Amino acid sequence: MEQITQTPVLEQHKEKVETKQERLSPINKRRWQNFKSHRRGYWSLWIFSFLFVLSLGAELIANSKPFLVSYDGKWHYPIFQFYPETAFGGDFETETNYRDPEVQKLIKEKNGYMLWPLIPFHYSTINYDVPTPAPSKPTWMYTEEECKAAVAKKADAKSCRDLDQNWLGTDTAARDVTARMIYGFRISVIFGLTLTILSSIIGIAAGAVQGYFGGWVDLTFQRFIEIWTSIPTLYVLLIVAAVLPQGFFILLGILLLFSWTSLVGVVRAEFLRTRNFEYVQAARALGVSNSVLMYRHILPNAMVATLTFMPFILSGSVMTLTALDYLGYGLPPGSPSLGELLNQGRNNLQAPWLGITGFFTVATLLTLLIFIGEAVRDAFDPRKTFS
Amino acid sequence: MSGTALLEIKDFSVAFRQSGRETLAVDRISFNIKKGETVAVVGESGSGKSVTGLSVLRLLPTSASHPSGEVLFQGRDLLKLPEQEIRGVRGNDITMVFQEPMTSLNPLHPIGQQITEMLEVHRGMHGEAARKRVIELLKEVGIPNAEERLGSYPHQLSGGQRQRVMIALALANEPELFIADEPTTALDVTVQAQILKLLKELQGRLGMAMLFITHDLNIVRKIADRVCVMKQGKIVEQGPVEEIFKNPQHPYTKALLAAEPKIQPAPPQPDAPSMISANDLKVWYPIKRGLFKKTVGHIKAVDGVTLNIRRGETLGVVGESGSGKTTLGLALLRLISSEGPIVFLGKPIQGLKFKAMRPFRRDMQIVFQDPYGSLSPRMSITDIVSEGLRVHQPKMSPEERDERAAAALKDVGLDPATRHRYPHEFSGGQRQRIAVARAMVLEPTFVVLDEPTSALDMLVQSQIVDLLRDLQKKRELTYLFISHDLRVVAALASHVMVMKDGKIVEQGPAEKLFKAPVSDYTRALFAAAFSLETEQTS
Repeated sequence: MEQITQTPVLEQHKEKVETKQERLSPINKRRWQNFKSHRRGYWSLWIFSFLFVLSLGAELIANSKPFLVSYDGKWHYPIFQFYPETAFGGDFETETNYRDPEVQKLIKEKNGYMLWPLIPFHYSTINYDVPTPAPSKPTWMYTEEECKAAVAKKADAKSCRDLDQNWLGTDTAARDVTARMIYGFRISVIFGLTLTILSSIIGIAAGAVQGYFGGWVDLTFQRFIEIWTSIPTLYVLLIVAAVLPQGFFILLGILLLFSWTSLVGVVRAEFLRTRNFEYVQAARALGVSNSVLMYRHILPNAMVATLTFMPFILSGSVMTLTALDYLGYGLPPGSPSLGELLNQGRNNLQAPWLGITGFFTVATLLTLLIFIGEAVRDAFDPRKTFS
Repeated sequence: MSGTALLEIKDFSVAFRQSGRETLAVDRISFNIKKGETVAVVGESGSGKSVTGLSVLRLLPTSASHPSGEVLFQGRDLLKLPEQEIRGVRGNDITMVFQEPMTSLNPLHPIGQQITEMLEVHRGMHGEAARKRVIELLKEVGIPNAEERLGSYPHQLSGGQRQRVMIALALANEPELFIADEPTTALDVTVQAQILKLLKELQGRLGMAMLFITHDLNIVRKIADRVCVMKQGKIVEQGPVEEIFKNPQHPYTKALLAAEPKIQPAPPQPDAPSMISANDLKVWYPIKRGLFKKTVGHIKAVDGVTLNIRRGETLGVVGESGSGKTTLGLALLRLISSEGPIVFLGKPIQGLKFKAMRPFRRDMQIVFQDPYGSLSPRMSITDIVSEGLRVHQPKMSPEERDERAAAALKDVGLDPATRHRYPHEFSGGQRQRIAVARAMVLEPTFVVLDEPTSALDMLVQSQIVDLLRDLQKKRELTYLFISHDLRVVAALASHVMVMKDGKIVEQGPAEKLFKAPVSDYTRALFAAAFSLETEQTS
């Protein structure tokens, strides 16, 4: 027990002394309570986190390599390690194609077996065993009649059920839609998160400098931002796409050029307001340097507005990526992307599983993010926090 | 005076519901106001006095409820009146004036229109008749050129004038009861004296009853017939003013009455070396007009101030708001740019760059007025206090810093065990102690105190004054004490400087200046601030 010596003025705070030293400050605890009491947002956060964590392990869920190969009494882990085909008695020095019937036969001959992930396709795997030309419908929708040819091609397969299942069908290149959806979800969220974090960092820094120094710095920067934001992003992208190769980081960079402005206004306003507060003056009187002042004293107070905006920026980023992919100016061809899936759905109306899957994935993702955003906004609402 | 009570509050309570918990703000109070009588309710902030005033007119938010009691006005229970009828009472039978004249008037309407509206709603007066009555009212509350002022917007009036307009609004329908909730707290001392005089006159003329809510006992003594002392939602003592002041029964009332800060200023040190001096110091803000922002004139916030503070002395700077006293303090610490040489500890510091100033910063510190605004809400107390150490002794280990912060908190009378908490968990007085600790942790030699007691309750005020005095003695500090509260200045200052419109009106040793002020302005200022004392002695 620690000895607490009370001075007279402290008496009224007696009951608080006992509950001190907790991880979250009371205000943040209150916010967390508010967030939790917003059931829809709270559940959305859990569902989103679950889906995201799951999709981070996409390689373990959908892959064209097995988890485990028992060959010649030895264990192999193809997902994590490279094995040339020669390791399994094949002819080539290249990585084993485990879906190849020849390789499967070789392994079987040595009393080996393979343990496959839930979905035995990578997003880039082309399924050569589809019963009808791509895009082919989900395997469980085929009649025995329709998949007779495919069954015949595959050794020891007797019916449709013995084929590798394309649960949501395949796309125009005979790639599994489920696998592409999982990988597409992951790349969308990662892209969105990266873009959000990077543009927030730049936006906060720019807003902080403008708000803190004010005057000419502010005036010049504001005019610059006004001009900058009036550049039509899409056309710049079209031009750049024609010059530079397509790629994740190039796309990220180009979008970053235009998305960082979204937070500047809020942060600038917050800094303008806070910079003349007495506690900032007090810190200045202590000789605290400008950068420390901005970072330690003002920024924490500007974070509320920023955090409130973040989920919406995230959903905006995801939406931008999807739109660009849909138009064909997004990620390089062949990448698993939701926009590309939607585009295929539009071009192949006879294959509704493409459009429906794309739509539901994008809709679920955006809805979850918006719900989380709403809950965060309510949680940080000062009228709710302090009432 | 008739014996029947105009307003009778019986066994009355107010509770607030907050996140499922009820807190009692007013706890079973009873008092009454007779016709033509002034009853004052005094107490510290949070004692429930304002809530009492608001609940008479049922102006409390919906989270408030009344577990017990009744409020009888002319025999009717206001708490049970239907909304329609209570609206007839508000503004007609009972009116109210609030503390903040800046926000109580609608900034978008001329004052004439705002008063006319009052007459239209309750009296059905229109056109010329209403206009005449408005002019009459404005004249009554002492607004010069009332006719021309009708079209003025609130921002064109001074604080005192705005409060007069508020009073005119409240008086428009000749109410039976007038509730004044700290009507003079936001005003300067001279204006405060005028408003109090006006209220007293009006009350005598119109014969209305007044419920006066304040934290200032001197005002109570001047204006009230009877007084209720409130503490933590309860009335601890009530009775005629003279009786209570002469013979207080409750220990809290006694403490309140004894809360006057002790007059023990630091002695003048005529032979000590100079701590800080300034010669013809100017802070001028340019007024820019036109397309090319040509400077057409200057606002002279500080205009040619020459001063010299010797080591161990306290210079008290007094003046009304807008007189430039805070600007002077900030300019001396080089927190705003100024003109004119400043010499600190024998070295000229005017014009030094921010980095070059840094070594001096540990010797010069400032404590601000508002203990709520001067502490960052997102830093723990230990972080706030040790911030200066991080700047000036960057090599110090975190443990040592923490130790020093704890020691500084102990020095200002706070429990060091509370240092990991955040500012909002502390009361106003405690926060001001934290602000003092932040200034003292670097062991400065010169401290600017910018109205350090103005935002605090009386009891806490004198505690902070005692604390500052003790620290000065212990550490041989030099203070520049800025305040509009002359009583606090008298308690601490060895020299006094009176400022008006950025210029020095008068300065000299405190003892001499308080006894025999030379200029008229100083005399008016002192009369307003000490008028109660002079009444008492005569």
